Amino acid sequence: MKAIYILCLRQLKRYVRSPARIIGSLGQPILFLVALGFGFRSMFARAGGGNYINFLSPGIVSMAILFNAVFSGIEIIWDRQFGFLKETLVAPVSRTEIVLGRMLGGAIVAMAQGIIVLVICVIAGFRIQSSILLPLAVVFMFLIALLFAGIGTVFGSVLQDMQGFPLIINFIIMPIFFFSGAIFSANGLPRVMRIGLQLNPLSYGVDGLRGACSTVFAYGLTTDLAVVTVLTALLLGIGSYFFSKIQL
Amino acid sequence: MNEMIVVQDLVKNYGEFCAVNHVSFSVPEGVIFGFLGPNGAGKTTTIKMLTTVLDPTSGTIRVNGHDPTREQKQVRQSFGIVFQDPSLDDELTAYENMDLHGVLYGVPRAERHQRIDMLVEFVGLAERKKDLVKTYSGGMKRRLEVARALLHRPRILCLDEPTIGLDPQTRNHIWGHIQQLSKDEGVTVFFTTHYMDEADRVASDVAVIDHGKIVSHGSPADLKQRTNCSNLEDAFIALTGHAIREEEANATDRMRMMGRAWRGSGRR
Repeated sequence: MKAIYILCLRQLKRYVRSPARIIGSLGQPILFLVALGFGFRSMFARAGGGNYINFLSPGIVSMAILFNAVFSGIEIIWDRQFGFLKETLVAPVSRTEIVLGRMLGGAIVAMAQGIIVLVICVIAGFRIQSSILLPLAVVFMFLIALLFAGIGTVFGSVLQDMQGFPLIINFIIMPIFFFSGAIFSANGLPRVMRIGLQLNPLSYGVDGLRGACSTVFAYGLTTDLAVVTVLTALLLGIGSYFFSKIQL
Repeated sequence: MNEMIVVQDLVKNYGEFCAVNHVSFSVPEGVIFGFLGPNGAGKTTTIKMLTTVLDPTSGTIRVNGHDPTREQKQVRQSFGIVFQDPSLDDELTAYENMDLHGVLYGVPRAERHQRIDMLVEFVGLAERKKDLVKTYSGGMKRRLEVARALLHRPRILCLDEPTIGLDPQTRNHIWGHIQQLSKDEGVTVFFTTHYMDEADRVASDVAVIDHGKIVSHGSPADLKQRTNCSNLEDAFIALTGHAIREEEANATDRMRMMGRAWRGSGRR
């Protein structure tokens, strides 16, 4: 347990000590929020969709969490190349503890970034409908963060160097974001795309977060929570497994 | 005497390539043992197997009486290691790096703090212990790594080219500490190096490995006598030949190049 705590603490220290990273990773979500949010606002309203900023904001928060969580897993490659990973792998603690500490730390960092983006969204005009459901929003944010920290850990454990990194971002993470219902609703989509959305784990996270903010769930609260919880547990397991197979 | 490391018939194959080829040797307790060989001879591969991060293809290893493939925890508790390349977290302070190590090795809090203070003093870094490691020079990082490896009172200190790239002052300084430690606390030291004068000076026992096989084993004086050479460097060349070894750059080296290109030179 102490090993999990100290490794988690390490991630948090690294995070607060690097303001450049904190600010840098806000750029992309803010860009999407401003460009899409204000760009499509009047079109969305005219089509009868209501307030687009209210619709989009949970998607943008999810995006910030998604990217930061995946990066935290991929950081294993940096730690591997720049040495620190070895220090943890020869320590007399189980690999499961090491990887749980890492994933937990990465998830908390990703969630912190998500909360910063949430505040920015509110400044941009996002209105949360019910403050009672706010704790639920935090739960969804944390689950999304853990889920994708697990996926990032799989990549970080399997890849030997950063060459494969653009491949993962462009062919896995970007599609996960775009086809999650973060920026448009599943209503009226072609059937294939709708199925695609339903197979995407982030869809349920985005919907849960949006539901917690707007009180309207597209897939239903129970479904969202169940899918995300089960997948998170699964990914923590798979991430740990791949991490435990690392040989130096 | 008690044998701290016993290796019997150790083999490691990477596909067709045999990195370690039926190697056997043992290291008695309290001895400073030099493991010498040209690039690509199998030194680091052997160290990785001794330290539980790589599984052997066949053969047996006992470290402090435990098997690294099955009793990993006991083996890991038995040794402290300084790796060939840096393994500190640059974004943490020296103290935090030490503290993290102490927690991972289950050193109780009070003892941990007391030993950290004692050890940073020992390697002459007491005044800089609150500084981020990224502000340290190469030599300071090495000294910190040696201090860290000793934090949990290991029975064996494993050093993979600990003095590479260091000036003679720092090298002397580090070896001075290690020899003192070996004498005072009976810690067994297992190290690799390319500096033969260094091995000659500090090791009481050396083994020379080449192409994955041990080609000679004994005290530095034995080796010099056997090869009729006046110094260990000549003895080493006599044993391993003049051919310069090619080593394929691995992912780590390529990555370092990238890291340098990205962050400007001179960080490592």
